Amino acid sequence: MSLPTAAEQALEAFTACPGWEQRARLLMQWGERLPPLSEADCCESNRVHGCESQVWLVAQRQGDIWQFRATSDARLLRGLLAVLLVRVNGLAAHELASLDLQGWFNQLGLARQLSPSRSNGLQAVLQRMQQLLEE
Amino acid sequence: MSLISPWRAEFPGILTLAAEGQTYLDSAATAQKPQAVLDSLLGYLAGGVANVHRAQHLPGERATRAFEATRDKAAAWLNAASREEILFTRGSTEALNLLAYGLEHLLQPGDEIVVSALEHHANLLPWQQLALRRGLQLVVLPLDSAGSIDLVLAAQLIGPRTRLLAVAQLSNVLGRWQPLHELLAMARAHGALSVVDGAQGAVHGRPDMQALGCDFYVCSGHKLYGPDGVGLLYGRSQVLTQLSHWQFGGEMVLEADYQSARFRPAPLGFEAGTPPVSAVIALGAALDWLNGLDQASAAQHEAALHAELLSGLAARDGVRLLGQPQLALASFTVEGMHNADLAHLLTEQGIAVRAGHHCAMPLLKSLGLSGAIRVSLGLYNDSADLARFFAALDQALELLR
Repeated sequence: MSLPTAAEQALEAFTACPGWEQRARLLMQWGERLPPLSEADCCESNRVHGCESQVWLVAQRQGDIWQFRATSDARLLRGLLAVLLVRVNGLAAHELASLDLQGWFNQLGLARQLSPSRSNGLQAVLQRMQQLLEE
Repeated sequence: MSLISPWRAEFPGILTLAAEGQTYLDSAATAQKPQAVLDSLLGYLAGGVANVHRAQHLPGERATRAFEATRDKAAAWLNAASREEILFTRGSTEALNLLAYGLEHLLQPGDEIVVSALEHHANLLPWQQLALRRGLQLVVLPLDSAGSIDLVLAAQLIGPRTRLLAVAQLSNVLGRWQPLHELLAMARAHGALSVVDGAQGAVHGRPDMQALGCDFYVCSGHKLYGPDGVGLLYGRSQVLTQLSHWQFGGEMVLEADYQSARFRPAPLGFEAGTPPVSAVIALGAALDWLNGLDQASAAQHEAALHAELLSGLAARDGVRLLGQPQLALASFTVEGMHNADLAHLLTEQGIAVRAGHHCAMPLLKSLGLSGAIRVSLGLYNDSADLARFFAALDQALELLR
């Protein structure tokens, strides 16, 4: 399965990062590029629970293809959402089901952001995504 | 002057974390353990374990003696009137739940339970749920701007309908000693039972039950430089007899038939099932270790380190403290920055602090905050730890600005 173009770009940028500081800056830059959600989208039913930051996730299905949009009030989490969305958007349900997201974050040097003790919310976002796919 | 901890070398955990590049400033969540506690744990586990209060064989007798020795040590450490006033629980949370079930039968619909606005969930939710079960009123004592329970308002809110007062000794978010002397007097004046949550306070000064005069006091082993999975519940002997049994099974029973049973009084009647024997024994070692400290120099070290923490935070633009912390910890936010972003960047730099709501969501909400960063100190921390924290904080602030 070849990577979507935006995911290629993310992989290239993050693997070129020499340290945590550059990685953090890059995450924030990617976060800035995340298209904002409308006020209507930032509603209670789109809110992802279980994060200490506020996160909203919206899923849309066109035919077999899924598109997700998301945002957060925390900047680094917005960056994590951005690199998540470039990996999952445009995939079909069966491709999403077999996608190794832990592997994806490992490749980006962001593996620890998915660890179970983190309350940053990325884990909760993935669970919510799974729920939306199953609905 | 740079503060050095004379106790640091006794804590393998803090040294290992430091060697890994981790600066541990989260002792209010759980504390590292001194070698003496590790030795005690290993000594018991490697020396041949046995269950307590059950067997007549030698290993059982040895385990029971060591286990019960901790009860004596805890009674002495808390200055309880008797060893029978000390119950072992799994921790403060379990002790508070035990009380909320064990005292339930004394409360009638319309009675009031009083807590404060700064309670940890462990000293809020058991009472809240009890109030919901029994149709009681849960009264919440407001705080003043420094982060202490407001005594003027407390005097109006603690009244003839108050049946129980449950308050923290030291806030895990605001780092302030609460005015227990005055509050307990108010509870006594109205004939209400009193519960003190000592989870944060116990380690920062020796709790004295007879001087304090509360009915119940709880604390956790793991915050006393001891093992996790064990806590203490002190109950004044005159009120312990009013507690109903809450968990059943094991050696808490006096006599059992298929259709009925009779139970032991406290303490054993409240220690159903196999207790955490190794943890209780090692808690004894932790209490010995605390007893062996030069109290004055420990208090001085804690105070000096805390002052250094506060002055460092005050020196940075946009840092806002939650309340006016007096010891042990400081919680803060930075204007215009999300605490999750700060936490992320501190973590990247090997700074182990706590971020979020600190198990006190209603308190954070009342302060209009979604979260905060908390730095908390142990006896093993020193100026170098704080210097690393401040360097990392500056770096984080720079990145986020």
